[in-house]
Amino acid sequence: MNKTYLSYNNIVSSLGFDSPTVVQKIHEGLSGVTLIEDETLFPNPFYASVIDSDYLGKAFEKLQPAGGYTRLEQMMILSLDKIIKASGVALTDRVGLILSTTKGNIDTLDPRNPMPAERAYLGTLGHIIKNHFGFSTEPIVLSNACVSGILAISTAKRFISQGTFDQVFIVGGDIVSNFILSGFNSFQAMSTLPCKPYCKQRSGINIGEVAASVLVNKDQDNLPPEAVEILGEASCNDANHISGPSRTGEGLYRSILSAFKEANVGPGDIDYICAHGTATIFNDEMEAIALNRLGLDAVPLNSLKGYFGHTLGASGLLETIVSMHSLYHNTLYPSKGFTELGVSQPLNIITAPIAKDLNCFLKTASGFGGCNTAAIFKKVRS
Amino acid sequence: MKAQHLKIKEYCKISNNRVLLNDQLLYEDQGSDFTTFIKLAYKKMDTNYPKFFKMDDLSKLGFLASDILLKPMTQDAEITKNIALVFSNSASSLQTDRKHQESIVDKENYFPSPAVFVYTLPNICLGEISIKHRLYSENSFFIFNHFNAKYLHDYASSLIESEKADEVLCGWINCDVEDYEAFLYLVSKKGSIEHNKEEIIKLYTTK
Repeated sequence: MNKTYLSYNNIVSSLGFDSPTVVQKIHEGLSGVTLIEDETLFPNPFYASVIDSDYLGKAFEKLQPAGGYTRLEQMMILSLDKIIKASGVALTDRVGLILSTTKGNIDTLDPRNPMPAERAYLGTLGHIIKNHFGFSTEPIVLSNACVSGILAISTAKRFISQGTFDQVFIVGGDIVSNFILSGFNSFQAMSTLPCKPYCKQRSGINIGEVAASVLVNKDQDNLPPEAVEILGEASCNDANHISGPSRTGEGLYRSILSAFKEANVGPGDIDYICAHGTATIFNDEMEAIALNRLGLDAVPLNSLKGYFGHTLGASGLLETIVSMHSLYHNTLYPSKGFTELGVSQPLNIITAPIAKDLNCFLKTASGFGGCNTAAIFKKVRS
Repeated sequence: MKAQHLKIKEYCKISNNRVLLNDQLLYEDQGSDFTTFIKLAYKKMDTNYPKFFKMDDLSKLGFLASDILLKPMTQDAEITKNIALVFSNSASSLQTDRKHQESIVDKENYFPSPAVFVYTLPNICLGEISIKHRLYSENSFFIFNHFNAKYLHDYASSLIESEKADEVLCGWINCDVEDYEAFLYLVSKKGSIEHNKEEIIKLYTTK
């Protein structure tokens, strides 16, 4: 089977508009989660990671866009533009485009939004991105709740190994909207403070917005120094509940086991776990159980939600990119917000930056609908 | 390529108030709206799954079409089946998204409900099917402007060839303002129809 690599990458977030800047901020311990007071988004002040609109608008203007674009389209185009240019890849019929999003332009359903509500169709979003850059192939939009970002990487790998494409550009994105905030609030899942994954004092999630993109490549040529190889991946359902995780972590357990099998590695080969860690009571507990069933309790682990909030359909992609840079810098970054273990099983939560030789990491995510995804990545250059 | 040996075992269509299994008409009710039609079809198919009535329209449609194909295969609780679910549509969960949006647009009449919000993701339908049939398997939900046989074919083939799934339940489940449509087919190593792009399009377009 072909090998596949994650290569050129970008993050457009409240911590900065390119991966090295964002990773440097994480190294310095800075978080993009702040107190937001905006009644058009939510009646009360709330903690979230929101991109500065003026800054976004100015950065986007530099691309000299023709026509009007929504907030999410601007974020996605800005992100993808950088990696298309950096990679120099020509957009032929061998190059795919995958979008990973849960809600796309959902803000256009609001009658106060100047854009037409038809813009909320995810296929339309796909075509706007396709046409902006001139991709030759039909866009593939993946909308599989909070595992979308990692599943998009799996999907790209599968289409490449099947011979459909030689290279795939993935862009993931979701925005902070009144639609999402009101929904998670109705579930009583939102924290009134900055989120604290796996911590005894955790009280729920923060929402965040981001666009992240990566080039998935089957050739080893033309890779940036932080590139990683995709060793294995899998996605398994809990078959348990549509809005609550399995008490035994069944789907996550099976996903990781199956990814191990494809990667031909075991728990001892994993140097670092970038977990989902939303900071809800049930999610974090479920992950602790699944990871302990697999003997992964001693492996250094973090959740990056304390830096970005939960960025929904982009989260898995965003967090994989940060982890690539973590490997490149041979540095483990702390799980922001964590002070005292608040799950029933042991986990080795990273509490301060640690310099360590890193070769291989595991990324996981879980979401509504009982879905779980795991992927294992290895450094290309040692 | 091993892909040439894969087959389509069975297929199911629900559209125009008709339920078809392999082009055999199982149920028809031309007089009803979708809500009534899908309820009557559920009864006619002996589905017997009370959670059905809590689902949104997209999940009801996907659940019923899947149940018709999967019920004979998953009746034995002892045998775990590794059947992946690969669904696609053009409207995502927009019908339910509009309902949630209506509940939050007016501050004086603000009533967001978790029972509605949870269905504002298209893959919830896959979760419902996985629970009913005890499928701890791969789930993917794609959005295309139009039915895309090529992508579905390549993706399903890859899941079976990489041994991530033994069989793949594949297809199109769409609910929008004007219309609804379900077309699901089971990709397997056994069956009488070739699994290729042309056959998939033929099955999808034959009325």
